[in-house]
Amino acid sequence: MGILEVKDVGKRFGGLQALGDVNLSVQENTCHAIIGPNGAGKSTLLNCLIGKLIPDTGSVMFAGQSVLGRTPYEICQMGISRVFQTPEIFGDLSVLENMMIPIFARRDGAFALNALSSVFGQKDILEQAEHMLEEMNMADKRHMHAASMSRGDKRRLEIGMCLSQQPRLLLLDEPTAGMARADTNNTIDLLKEIKNERDITIAIIEHDMHVVFSLADRITVLAQGTPLVEDTPDKIKGHPKVREAYLGESA
Amino acid sequence: MLGLDKKDALLFLIVVAMVVLAPFILNPFPTDSSLAQFNAGYPDLMQRFLIFGIFAVGFNILFGLTGYLSFGHAAFLGVGSYAGVWMFKLLGMNVLLAIVSSVLMSAVFAVVIGYISLRRSGIYFSILTLAFAQMSYALAYSVLSGITNGETGLQLSHNDPRVLGASVNADGSLPVPNLFGLEMRATETLNIGPWAFDFNAGYYVCAVFMIAGFYLAIRIFRSPFGMMLRAVKSNQQRMHYTGLNTRPYTLAAFVISGMYAGLAGGLMVSMDPLAGAERMLWTRSGEVVLMTILGGAGTLIGPVLGAGFIKYFENIFSKINDNVLHGWFAFMPDGLENAVVWILHPFIGKGWHLTLGILFMLVVIFLPGGLVEGGQRIMGLFRRSPKDGAKQDTEASKHPAE
Amino acid sequence: METIIIQLLNGLDKGSAYALIALGLTLIFGTLGVVNFAHGALFMIGAFCAVTLNRILTLSHTVIDETQTDFLGNPLKVEVPYVNGIFGEEMGAFIIDWNVPLAIIFAIPIMVAIGVIIERGLIRHFYKRPHADQILVTFGLAIVLQEIIKAFYGANPIPTPAPDAFRGSFDFGVLLGFDPYTVIYPYWRLIYFIFSMIIIGAVFAFLQFTTFGMVVRAGMADRETVGLLGIDIDRRFTIMFGIAAAVAGLAGVMYAPINSPNYHMGMDFLVLSFVVVVVGGMGSLPGAVLAGFLLGILQSFASMSAVIETIPGINQVVIYLVAIIILLTRPRGLMGRKGVMED
Repeated sequence: MGILEVKDVGKRFGGLQALGDVNLSVQENTCHAIIGPNGAGKSTLLNCLIGKLIPDTGSVMFAGQSVLGRTPYEICQMGISRVFQTPEIFGDLSVLENMMIPIFARRDGAFALNALSSVFGQKDILEQAEHMLEEMNMADKRHMHAASMSRGDKRRLEIGMCLSQQPRLLLLDEPTAGMARADTNNTIDLLKEIKNERDITIAIIEHDMHVVFSLADRITVLAQGTPLVEDTPDKIKGHPKVREAYLGESA
Repeated sequence: MLGLDKKDALLFLIVVAMVVLAPFILNPFPTDSSLAQFNAGYPDLMQRFLIFGIFAVGFNILFGLTGYLSFGHAAFLGVGSYAGVWMFKLLGMNVLLAIVSSVLMSAVFAVVIGYISLRRSGIYFSILTLAFAQMSYALAYSVLSGITNGETGLQLSHNDPRVLGASVNADGSLPVPNLFGLEMRATETLNIGPWAFDFNAGYYVCAVFMIAGFYLAIRIFRSPFGMMLRAVKSNQQRMHYTGLNTRPYTLAAFVISGMYAGLAGGLMVSMDPLAGAERMLWTRSGEVVLMTILGGAGTLIGPVLGAGFIKYFENIFSKINDNVLHGWFAFMPDGLENAVVWILHPFIGKGWHLTLGILFMLVVIFLPGGLVEGGQRIMGLFRRSPKDGAKQDTEASKHPAE
Repeated sequence: METIIIQLLNGLDKGSAYALIALGLTLIFGTLGVVNFAHGALFMIGAFCAVTLNRILTLSHTVIDETQTDFLGNPLKVEVPYVNGIFGEEMGAFIIDWNVPLAIIFAIPIMVAIGVIIERGLIRHFYKRPHADQILVTFGLAIVLQEIIKAFYGANPIPTPAPDAFRGSFDFGVLLGFDPYTVIYPYWRLIYFIFSMIIIGAVFAFLQFTTFGMVVRAGMADRETVGLLGIDIDRRFTIMFGIAAAVAGLAGVMYAPINSPNYHMGMDFLVLSFVVVVVGGMGSLPGAVLAGFLLGILQSFASMSAVIETIPGINQVVIYLVAIIILLTRPRGLMGRKGVMED
């Protein structure tokens, strides 16, 4: 049993079968990549995992519990964190505050009326946030307005925020989309470090093969809403079906 | 101090000093001078400064922190007023009873209205709150006149039970609101030379609530709860994917700000035990929006400044008439004098709303941070070289557009 | 049966006004993406166009009429409008009588000009600002416009009668085979309804059959793409705002005989018109018109004494109640598109 078990998941949008019978098993403490050409249903699948969409058929189990019918925040509290294609951070807040919010969420749950204590009086949370900022090499930016940072830094911050929730599963949605080469490489290095130093499962959706092959332990190729093959990166590289799906060389 | 950091403590102390010393600060002109009409230190107006200050501080907790623009907060002001007067009628004339019931009653209403309205955001939320407030107004005017006394407004009468006090005073007059015997209308006048300063009991009751309310607002702003509310405004999506449920956060903010509005309503009737439906009209809701934005939404002191500014305008600016203007511009040649007075005429006296509207537009267009941002920019000009100041400006103006 | 028809008819004129204002609001929102809180003020200014024209037409000079004498035997001084001097007495009286219809011609250029000035001078700078800022600045503008009118015309309502020919009522019942005087309806309200149908039809035809309208509709559906096609969308936005202002203004001109114009009539209508827009579905033109009439008629039915006796106060709150229910059950309104203002 993997930590994430997707069984026979199907999703229709009107006449379009976006997903059909997707089966996927993500093993604990591995990095599992989901790749596929545009329109293969990668984003739809991801949205089904995090409660943004509810699949028409099938089941999604995380650590033995179903995630279907739960709201995004409940799923997050179960231990799934998500990194978005364009970094989603609290732009109006400082970098340090950004980092503190997920730690509060982990400690206090989905809601706490903590209206009379001071944010910066919470020494333990402050400490953890500072610590995470150091790990992300962002300690010098802690008082910056988050919206004013570069895209690479925003991505770093977002990943840091997800990590400080100590999730069991980290979902990455094209984490290097729209990044310059240098930023992409930095992000790959950061993810590698996370993968090696933490007990964490990573599921990544990615376009950039360079990123996929540098990180993934296993790869699922999705085409037209169904998984084509699932294998190790080495075997995927030369797989004829994959070439066909990507390059459109029909047999 | 009091769990506040240095900067906030200083701000708090300034507000406390301003509130306590207001009778002096607002009466700078000797009573017989021609400028005495600009004195704002009479009890009635000073009470209104504080009551609307409380209203705006509460509104700012919702709008300033979460960005949810309610156009129906006057409903809570009205509910608080009615609840207060009913307490006077049923139980007794102690203002604490009235104020407590005002706050509780408006909290109940805020829970219901907030729970429903907060299911939507953006303009839909604004329209929903507006619809609820207008509904309350219409009902208070018509069907519910058994409770609200319709057009006449709810007031004390000789037949009220007043279980904890007398229905009628021995001399046949109606009892007046008091705090353990201290009448709200009691005023001591201190004469120093040509100056006269009024110290009013009701004003200082309002002052206590204002100071407490402002202190609570600082604590909320600086608390994890306040940070969460700012996070809601900044990015709801990230909130959800950080495992946080935004609904109870926004509802709590809504109810807290509704309770501030109820408190303001309770204080209003404590100063003058009369509640009318027009207190719920949406233009009243618009007024508190104006105050908050004008002063600076999302800042601590902004709403207080905005409320003071607008109430000062309403009461003092509107007293300027053509004669006063002629007096001011008498040094000019007659033709020019008349021309100037003619130009200024629409903006003064009854036309002060026009001035207010224009000011408000200018603030929204050029100073999204309100008077507070204006003050900061002026300070910035003094501190830095002009070049740096300009850079600061572009950054500040870029930010709200995002 | 008669009462139902009466209520239906009574609902039509209010419904027409709601529909016209909501149509303009939706045009502005759909094309420019701006929530215009000053739209009610434009309606009010329209009504005051009628008032202003009336004042201009009745500008008079004093003439000493030797043929008449007052009770002291002195020649009588009479006020003679200048138009009489220009067009002759009979024609002059006719022009003054027909002041409100004439005001339509007078109001169109004024309203378009006001609309263009507002868009160019103010709204344009708020396209990229948050909706809350748009609401606030147009709210401020509404206050300013309202206060300007108040400064010039005072706070009291100014009666502005319809032409004599339309002053009576029309026995609608006889037409349908009921007894005489069971269903009577003032002529002017009937005219108001027909007028609003013409305006609504004209706006739809304009959007449907002209290239300009096609581009605007495309812009309402997908603004970015149209912008990418290299079409000068800015100029069209300005014109659209002018048209929307004119629609609101005309609605106001014709409404003047129904309700004497006062400076805050715009605000009163605005609140309800926003409710109408939301019920119809933000950004949907047919939705705005449909909801306008539906709510107008609904309000009229709720004012029936039988209904009020069953549910007291329902006439006061029915529109808001419907809005709340619709917003909660169908957040996009009756005919709204997905994703509009859901942020």
